[in-house]
Amino acid sequence: MADHAAAHAVHDPNIGNTGLDNRKVGMWAFLGSDCMFFGSLIGTYLAYKGKSISGPLPHEVFDIPLTSYSAALLLASSLTMVLALAALQQNRVKTAARWLFVTAMLGLHFVLNQVYEFTTFVLHHGLTLSTSLFGSSFFVLTGFHGAHVTGGVIWLLMLVTLAMRGKLDARDYTKVEIAGLYWHFVDIVWIAIFTVIYLIP
Amino acid sequence: MIQPPATAPHPRKRFDWTLACLLGAVLVLACSCSAVGWNWDTPMSTVIPKSDFGKMTHGIFMLISWWTLGIFIAVEAMLVFVCWRFRDRAGAAIPKQVHGHTALEVGWTIAFAVILLVFAIPTIRVIFKTQEAPAATALRVEVVGKQWWWEFRYPQFKITTANELHLPVGQTATFQLNAPDVIHSFWMPQLGGKRDVVPHRMNQLTLTPDTPGDYPGQCAEYCGMSHANMRFRVIVHPPAEFEKWVKSQQAPPVESADALAQQGKTIFTQSACVGCHTITGISAGHIGPDLTHFASRARFAGSLMESTPDNLVKWIENPDHMKPGALMPNLGMTGEQSKALAAFLLSLK
Amino acid sequence: MATQAAFMPGSKVETETFWGTVWSWLTTVDHKRIGILYGTSAFIFFLVGGIEALIMRLQLARPDNTLVGPERFNELFTMHGTTMIFLAVMPLSAAFFNYMIPLMIGARDVAFPRLNALSYWIFLSGALFLNSSWLFGLAPDGGWFGYANLTSVQFSPRHTIDFWMLGLQILGVSSMLAGFNFLVTIINMRAPGMTLMRMPVFIWMSFVTQFLLVLAFPAITVALILLMFDRFFGTLFYAPAAGGDPLLWQHLFWIFGHPEVYILILPAMGIVSEVLPTFSRKPLFGAPVVIYSGIMIGFFGFGVWSHHMFSVGMGPVADAAFSISTMLIAVPTGVKILNWIGTLWGGTIRFRTPLYFSLGFIAMFTMGGLSGVMHASPPVDLQQTDTYFVVAHFHYVLFGGSIFGLFSGIYYWWPKITGKLLDERLGLWHFWSMMLGFNMTFFPQHYLGLIGMPRRIYTYAPDLGWNFWNLISTIGAFLIAVSLLFFIANVIKTRRSGAVAGNDPWDARTLEWSIPSPPPVYNFARLPQVQDRDDFWLQKYGDGHGGAPRPKGGPVTAAEIAAIHMPPTSYWPLLLALALGVMVSGLMISMVQVAIGGVLTLVLMYKFAMELHRPPTGHGH
Repeated sequence: MADHAAAHAVHDPNIGNTGLDNRKVGMWAFLGSDCMFFGSLIGTYLAYKGKSISGPLPHEVFDIPLTSYSAALLLASSLTMVLALAALQQNRVKTAARWLFVTAMLGLHFVLNQVYEFTTFVLHHGLTLSTSLFGSSFFVLTGFHGAHVTGGVIWLLMLVTLAMRGKLDARDYTKVEIAGLYWHFVDIVWIAIFTVIYLIP
Repeated sequence: MIQPPATAPHPRKRFDWTLACLLGAVLVLACSCSAVGWNWDTPMSTVIPKSDFGKMTHGIFMLISWWTLGIFIAVEAMLVFVCWRFRDRAGAAIPKQVHGHTALEVGWTIAFAVILLVFAIPTIRVIFKTQEAPAATALRVEVVGKQWWWEFRYPQFKITTANELHLPVGQTATFQLNAPDVIHSFWMPQLGGKRDVVPHRMNQLTLTPDTPGDYPGQCAEYCGMSHANMRFRVIVHPPAEFEKWVKSQQAPPVESADALAQQGKTIFTQSACVGCHTITGISAGHIGPDLTHFASRARFAGSLMESTPDNLVKWIENPDHMKPGALMPNLGMTGEQSKALAAFLLSLK
Repeated sequence: MATQAAFMPGSKVETETFWGTVWSWLTTVDHKRIGILYGTSAFIFFLVGGIEALIMRLQLARPDNTLVGPERFNELFTMHGTTMIFLAVMPLSAAFFNYMIPLMIGARDVAFPRLNALSYWIFLSGALFLNSSWLFGLAPDGGWFGYANLTSVQFSPRHTIDFWMLGLQILGVSSMLAGFNFLVTIINMRAPGMTLMRMPVFIWMSFVTQFLLVLAFPAITVALILLMFDRFFGTLFYAPAAGGDPLLWQHLFWIFGHPEVYILILPAMGIVSEVLPTFSRKPLFGAPVVIYSGIMIGFFGFGVWSHHMFSVGMGPVADAAFSISTMLIAVPTGVKILNWIGTLWGGTIRFRTPLYFSLGFIAMFTMGGLSGVMHASPPVDLQQTDTYFVVAHFHYVLFGGSIFGLFSGIYYWWPKITGKLLDERLGLWHFWSMMLGFNMTFFPQHYLGLIGMPRRIYTYAPDLGWNFWNLISTIGAFLIAVSLLFFIANVIKTRRSGAVAGNDPWDARTLEWSIPSPPPVYNFARLPQVQDRDDFWLQKYGDGHGGAPRPKGGPVTAAEIAAIHMPPTSYWPLLLALALGVMVSGLMISMVQVAIGGVLTLVLMYKFAMELHRPPTGHGH
């Protein structure tokens, strides 16, 4: 099967003269760009850190154990993503689909935790987008990260659906690999955001 | 696939005399225009500085100007020379395929770096010199930029005025800049240096005027509809004259015996005017300009119009028409009322 | 070998009916056709921006003029700047990226042909969205720089700013998608043998530009997102009353904005670096140095943004640091100019219209660069910023530089794109009238700025000494308009009776000239084996150091052509761009529309992605 994939690659219009896959290079370019995107948002958060002129303050609202649990979920999902890829490489499509599904569910759990967190902030702490600079910059930064995770979940679920309909196998390794690149990136960004927002006092 | 190299697709062109004549004519026209049109001593000129600040920045400007002018002439002359010298002549062979010259590249890179160093050193000196903390003796003026007029406050004299900044010659003045609405930029071209007026941020500009005179100033940061109309005047007095001005501004407003002015005063006190304007002893509004000594100022409304009865009547009856977007509302004053108001305002020496 | 008879290149299927033709353009994924679409749209928007400029110049022709009021004038300068930058110069560069990059690197298409079509349609929808604001009387009026907090709901309550902010956001998506595409194309699609240092210099400058695009646009994306949340959802990012800092906008905007300047100029520099060697019949002097200079400019471009903010009061240390970084960037720029002159030195220079425009570029850009050095010194800048001196400066860079460079490219590659040579006589009339008009318009503005005329004012008092040269400047602007009429006449004349160009009308040096004009849809019947930066020249003449011209391969067989697999047309890019437009414009109308547009976008993205998932294989592999 691996031979088949290699033979296929020779004719693959996606493989450039460097031997790299166009789609993979493209994804790396996108991730580079996305770094600047999150860099600007994190920069904004830092610029406004401690500048709010009304409460509530970050340490009054944060539920560090819950967010740590969320972070653990995302980290675990990176592992399951790797397992899915390994399975697909060996053309064990069902196992791959299962791991992809688990990855998506971990991501979904993360997003639901975030929804819960946001709801608590709004309902119990009175922190909204327009309460203070902290509210504005916190919700926009974490919200855009959450949107990235949500996009990733949808992408993963589409791959699962394809796999279940028998339209995904080892030949599509690169496609899943690219989804994996994106997923790991979103994960790493979360580590940065988690550190900057929640852990640094 | 590959075609043979193109042989001779370049017929020699005929000279385009029509184009050449037209170009020549325009060139002559441009030269004659230039001969009459360059007057540097204009009211808002930046190149005839009238303060220490202006003179320092102007020094660097001239230094860079002469160097860049020299480089400009050298480059353009080289370009013209090369084009002339190496133009294609009939039967020319393929030139030698030269790829570059390392020593030249290193040489001109270093040359550029050195020239820029010549600019950088005085630049950095002046940056720090012009942004030093002002001496304690400096005259402090609070400058407030508002859509679309300027307020000037002298805390040590307890004076507030609008659109007309008075300074004594030879004394360092430090301007503390603030804006309650949007970003403006405080600029007195002849005295030198813009400084933005940013909401909730205290910016500062310090300079010492060295020549008495009447200089126009203007907002230099786009701030909305009437940005172009946000002007002001700076009047630099000899010291004695400045003191006289301070005394007159500190005095209470002059009561006029004129009937029309008295009628105007009544209208003023009984209408919405008092909500926005201060006239010492009469009203205490803070949204619009302080009118206590309105008639002492030659111009009004962002220094847009001369303070004449006619202009005032027009202004009161339709501010938005005189200064588009003006925040002063049209209070529906009729001809008689606005004439009376104008008379009252012009009595406030 | 099949020759391409149709005027429009890349028409794989000869469509007969009018609607068939329209459909084939709407669904095309051919980089050459998309290039033509970009070029045509950009030229139309260039004219729109030009008309906006003419109205402004008429208003300023004399003091206290009342042709247009402040409201309209503010809209005009906002839209003029936005249009010229985002809808004229950038897409005109994109037209050359599209058409020329694959041809010059010896590829059959870009890396992602459908994504390329998507970029174009998103660009067009953004451009039309932005300009539709005129129809509603809601043209943006906050300046192309849109400084906060003037753009807040409090000070700009109408939808004017919304049109600008959402329009730019759409255009940003288009630019970034195109950036990813060309980055991958240049990295991955080069013909065998074309190492990085064998890439033509235009490709190198394009390469740097794509890096700038994908790394700089996120900053303005975030700035616009923050603005959008402020305006629509009540956040406080730019609200001073809540402690927000309006300068946050300026920092984010200029972190994008300064690289953007290089996004506008580097492609033109690349064009000039192709035109000069061709017409002086010599390789580019110090090509590696020119390339490294381009990279340095791109790199430093991210470290100089605050030189747009010397007057905001950043403090002496920041002023000094950004002053030095800005002066540093002048070094590689100056080096480039001398290398271009070095290219001409010792050549046999053939004066044709493309060369005139490139020479014009060098002459005028030098001026803009030197006045830029003045602004690098903060004390000097404090007098010049926000005056007409700066207006003159950046027009010398962006018009004297970018536009002259782009016109050089248009005259240079027109025969390749259409198969016909533009008329030389009209070309020269175009060049000289534009050169004169340009200098007449913008040179006096240096003087006007130095005697204190601020930017963005719709009127001025008559006693300030500004009257005469403002009038001259206005006349010059109309001369520029006349020069464009010469160009349009030239295009019409050439379409009717232009001389047939042949493959290589200029005796040029790079690969695109080795194939027919216009190129067949597959570009290269056989992918070239590249041995040099000026590969085609070496094929023709040898390396000039004893190496002989290369023997040509045998004739291309029909079987070889039949084996070339080109991507099929697709209508998903167009539909996806429309859906995106529905979603974004919904932000001003109703959240229901946003939701509908959002779902549509998602569904279409899925369709788009699935179109090429396991396509039926037509060639047995």
